Amino acid sequence: MLVLLSIALITIYFRESSGGGLHQVQSAGSTVLRPFEVAADRVSRPFRDAYGYFAGLVHAKSENNRLRQEVAKLRQSETLNLAAASENADLRSKLHFVSSPSYPKGFDYVTAPIIAQVPAAYEQQVTIDAGSISGIRQFDPVVTGEGLVGTVVRVARNVSLVALLTDDTTSVSAIDANTRAQGVVKAGASFDHVGKDQRVEQGDELVTAGWKDGGLASIYPPGIPIGRVTSVGQNEVDLYKHVQLQPFVNFETLSSLVVLIPKSR
Amino acid sequence: MIADIGKGAAVLFVAAILQVTLLSQIDVFHGAPDLVLVTLVAVALLRGTIFGAAAGFGAGLVVDTATLQTLGVTSLLLTIAGYWIGRYGETTGRDRSHAPFLSVAVVTLLYSLGALILHYMLGDPASASRVLLDAFPFELIFNLILTLPVYALCRRLFRPPPTGLEEVQLLG
Repeated sequence: MLVLLSIALITIYFRESSGGGLHQVQSAGSTVLRPFEVAADRVSRPFRDAYGYFAGLVHAKSENNRLRQEVAKLRQSETLNLAAASENADLRSKLHFVSSPSYPKGFDYVTAPIIAQVPAAYEQQVTIDAGSISGIRQFDPVVTGEGLVGTVVRVARNVSLVALLTDDTTSVSAIDANTRAQGVVKAGASFDHVGKDQRVEQGDELVTAGWKDGGLASIYPPGIPIGRVTSVGQNEVDLYKHVQLQPFVNFETLSSLVVLIPKSR
Repeated sequence: MIADIGKGAAVLFVAAILQVTLLSQIDVFHGAPDLVLVTLVAVALLRGTIFGAAAGFGAGLVVDTATLQTLGVTSLLLTIAGYWIGRYGETTGRDRSHAPFLSVAVVTLLYSLGALILHYMLGDPASASRVLLDAFPFELIFNLILTLPVYALCRRLFRPPPTGLEEVQLLG
């Protein structure tokens, strides 16, 4: 009977719209669960930060000087309260970002911490502690001071689900900031549909294209940094170049995000 | 019985909250410990089919609600897992020392397979090699490590009911 009930839940949930009854129930449920998630998140944050710190040290041994400097900064912060220090730095970077010239015009913002994460084997998605009552809607772009993080794919009253740039379903229209070559960044790993006649070079910076065509417009504002080109190749068979990139955002250390909300809404 | 339901609900609720907030962020080749599954196996082994299935259904609902995933997916998988392990506990496994480890190993494999098939049927992008080759070995190791403390805790919480049978010696 419980199996049948589960199947019925899946079927109804899958067929109804995002404003349907089960979605509303789930939204209410997530509101009830939110205090527990926030409490567990706060309790576990020092442990997570300590784990991230040591994982970062191991990883840093095989990285370049830039990462070594980051490790040095992390060592300095060891003498402080790790959790408070990293949270402080994170909030400061976002504050700096939203007041900098690179912050997209015509957008307000909501800053929200990550409170839950979907198992990485299926989707690269995170749950953030802000929802529709904060003004967030589906397909709102999500960023940090480093660059594009992803987009909001589901919104409840107090929480939202964000598909990261590295999710298999995420595609972003992008341009090469140096050569203006156009293409589509897929899953945060490749810059696709770049014609062979266009010029892309290793080390080039990719930013969101933010196109507009009549009534249609990209959900991402133009000029948000996405990543740096790590390799470029092509062969005679394929129509397009093979371009790989490394996102600017370090998705393993994300703790809070900035959701961009159009002022025109 | 009512006390058992309360304890089971509390244990699985805490496990579900810890799972979505803390343990899901551990990512070793996409593998992460599944505290909800291990706790469910322990509870189902000690309390049987009905308890296991109901506990799995409830825990699944909490996980799906907290992560805003399709409602019912985790419930379906955990209901079946709870029922199956409960059946194993009732028939042969409960008193054997290897039962928790064997149950966790088998259920981890079947749960991964079931989740892969279900996500595939729902149209989610699911890579079989990522789930079964990359993630599964690490998930299995994590879950087996968790088994001993979780099962010990659950055994303290859910002491076996007294059978009422005592050894007797026939006279005459």
